[in-house]
Amino acid sequence: MIKVHLKIQRYNPEKDSKPYFKDYAVECEPTDRVLDALLAIKGTLDGSLTLRKSCGHGVCGSDGMRINGRNMLACKVLIKNVSQPIVVEPLKGFKIVKDLVVDMKQFFEKYVAVKPYLINQETSPEKERLQSQKQQERFEDTTKCILCACCTTACPSFWSDPNYAGPASIVQAHRFIFDSRDQGGEERLNLLNQKEGVWRCRTIFNCVEACPRDINITKAIGEIKKDLLFKKI
Amino acid sequence: MIKIHQFEAIVVGGGGAGLYAALALSQAKVQTAVLSKLYPTRSHTGAAQGGIGAALANKEEDRPEWHMFDTVKGSDYLADQDAVEILCKEAVTTVYELEHLGLPFNRTQDGRIDQRRFGGHTKEFGKGPVQRACFAADRTGHMILQTLYQQCIKNEVKFFDEFHVVDLIIEEQICRGVIAYSIETGELHIFHAKAVLFATGGSGRMFKITSNAHALTGDGMAIALRNKIPLEDMEFFQFHPTGIYKMGILLTEACRGEGGILRNKNGERFMERYAPNIKDLAPRDIVSRCIYLEVRDGRGIDGKDYVHLDLTHLGKEVIEKKLPDITDFVRTYMGLDPVKDLIPIQPTAHYSMGGIPTNVNAEVVWDEKNSVLKGFYAAGECACVSVHGGNRLGTNSLVDILVFGRRAGLSMAEYCKKTEFSPLPSNPQTKIQAQIEQFKSKSNGEKISTLRQELQETMMDLVGVFRTEAGLKKAQEKVRELKKRFQNISLSDKSQVFNSELLDALELGNLITLSLVTIASALAREESRGAHYREDYPKRNDQNWLKHTLATLSEIGVELKYKNVVIKNFQPQERKY
Ligand SMILES: Cc1cc2nc3c(=O)[nH]c(=O)nc-3n(C[C@H](O)[C@H](O)[C@H](O)COP(=O)(O)OP(=O)(O)OC[C@H]3O[C@@H](n4cnc5c(N)ncnc54)[C@H](O)[C@@H]3O)c2cc1C
Ligand code: FES
Repeated sequence: MIKVHLKIQRYNPEKDSKPYFKDYAVECEPTDRVLDALLAIKGTLDGSLTLRKSCGHGVCGSDGMRINGRNMLACKVLIKNVSQPIVVEPLKGFKIVKDLVVDMKQFFEKYVAVKPYLINQETSPEKERLQSQKQQERFEDTTKCILCACCTTACPSFWSDPNYAGPASIVQAHRFIFDSRDQGGEERLNLLNQKEGVWRCRTIFNCVEACPRDINITKAIGEIKKDLLFKKI
Repeated sequence: MIKIHQFEAIVVGGGGAGLYAALALSQAKVQTAVLSKLYPTRSHTGAAQGGIGAALANKEEDRPEWHMFDTVKGSDYLADQDAVEILCKEAVTTVYELEHLGLPFNRTQDGRIDQRRFGGHTKEFGKGPVQRACFAADRTGHMILQTLYQQCIKNEVKFFDEFHVVDLIIEEQICRGVIAYSIETGELHIFHAKAVLFATGGSGRMFKITSNAHALTGDGMAIALRNKIPLEDMEFFQFHPTGIYKMGILLTEACRGEGGILRNKNGERFMERYAPNIKDLAPRDIVSRCIYLEVRDGRGIDGKDYVHLDLTHLGKEVIEKKLPDITDFVRTYMGLDPVKDLIPIQPTAHYSMGGIPTNVNAEVVWDEKNSVLKGFYAAGECACVSVHGGNRLGTNSLVDILVFGRRAGLSMAEYCKKTEFSPLPSNPQTKIQAQIEQFKSKSNGEKISTLRQELQETMMDLVGVFRTEAGLKKAQEKVRELKKRFQNISLSDKSQVFNSELLDALELGNLITLSLVTIASALAREESRGAHYREDYPKRNDQNWLKHTLATLSEIGVELKYKNVVIKNFQPQERKY
């Protein structure tokens, strides 16, 4: 066990006029997750520390936050791999609900806007539709998204224009546009061709760096841009 | 003023079971709302890795009858065979439907859904392993959860996200709705409904080492219990053999399905000794026990309580293509590379075979005669149909949540069409409101985290893979003590907005209740069957114990009753692999 020092941004809307930082020290194993340190604080020092969490191993997307200035899942980074004091803040660009919890409503609205579901009017065959391995690999990367918002809230274009669709919803659109079974590509491309669509992307790569699922987001956005320029629209 | 909403159907839980039910309801044009304490896409269905079992026969000959046999044998003959028949037959259509809804399955060379081996799945009634698990890499559950959520959006299903359900409203044996706590605002809401489905998932957080999410605290089961509904077969809790050492994070059985093997400190493939026929692909209850035995006999690695999972012979290509997520977990959490390193693993608390008793239409049944409680349904891991009996086979939970999730949706739709709303009682929230106020008013009491830790350690040590009368009695005493101390906990967070400490308290209360029921059921069952292993009664005893436990909670404690197992084609036999 070692002593771990953290500096956490706190904000309780019922008490505080604005967010402030507070220092903590807890005993943890160096191989513990930052999430474990946060929960140790909540369990032993201050039960009011508030954050979202569930799976604990990087697959549910609950605990996206800024750790030492970079967006990460607190459950997917080990204490020994970050410098101390570990500075923890909520994701940037969303309204803060309390402490590390941000308001995700707008994020999910943008997700819904790109029609994130298979569009196919044909009657289904009795068994499965055929799809080659190559066709499946074409969009596999973007199926991995867990909607944690780490990418969108790391994007300077989103910070300066909150109406920008943002990398996460573009990733979702990509997942369907390049699925051989989908027929809604054109509708989605039209949406993304608008002012707040893919053209807001300045290829800064923050999103790729932030993605805990290692999705090559900039490449996905680039493929959509290319489609818009050369092919479909 | 308390807010009152009215919907024909309320679905509690946004995991696979809840979403499939909601989809069926919305397609039947029933006014439906889904209430979930997590955003639906955060549900633990998304953590399922290895696959969903269905006899599609895309890679080799396979039949639903073989799947049925394996499921019944895997259950140690405690599963109800009428339900198993439905499970295995509808598995096939369900997987095709998922594909039609857009699920990106891995594909075979000829473009069909790819399949692989999994523990306990065999051909020709036990002759050898069969490729039955349909999969999308090792993130099958993620794809199922995403696909169903996508379709719910398409069908404009109404969601109340981050609404934590705290009670059921039942009067005169008719369910009339639920009470939920809005996490964001701290207000209670009443949802008046004709039909309510609980699809609230498992309760693995009873144990210290678990593959289960923090949110899996058995809320639905505990709420049912508090409303005088029994829980079935709670003594059967599955420990999955391959959890990451000390953390419990799951490494899917597909690791062994793809050819991975377990080794003790001598490098020996010890499963050959215990299950000469299917070796490392024996069902989970057996493999978990074998790991404990190896450790007990001094063959754990470095004399410690773990063994190795060896994937190194599979090659980089198979590991990175078919098991990419678990590769990432091993690299992230252990700093090891499965391509060249052996992986330390130990059994991890994984799955609740028991739950709220239902019939095959997901209607909750409340006694030994299977009498239906009108308007109340359960599906998924919180329910017990029972298709898993004493031990669930890998890939069968995803089938279960979907087959019976959809059946729940369909039977609720039918019920809603022929039923009127039953009136609400006045102020059904009084009890829960008082409880919340009590939590908030106390100060300088006991800490939630202390009690939770003591509970989880007790359950892990004394109610885990091996059990004895003495151990269970000790656990019972301890958990009773924790229950008393629970009355005295206090919160440091007194606020309304996003008071997650209050939710922790409610969840801990649920875990304590479920632990008591689990222990009492395990203490009474003086035999060994499936995941329930009593060292003092090491043999299965069909004469006395081929029956389901029904546990209810009353003032005096846990009361136990029993009901018959449905046996059709497969007569109980000795279980050998
Ligand atoms: C790591 C892991 C891997 C697995 N891999 C496989 C596999 O490969 N194949 C397989 O067949 N099975 C697998 N399983 C098992 C399977 O994933 C689960 O049993 C199944 O997904 C449970 O689904 P569910 O819909 O019942 O519950 P969940 O998906 O757990 O959903 C529960 C829902 O209920 C909600 N909820 C809970 N309490 C409340 C409350 N009080 N108020 C409101 N909402 C509430 C939650 O928010 C959530 O939306 C795996 C399990 C784990 C842990
Ligand atoms: S808790 Fe699920 S992603 Fe971190």
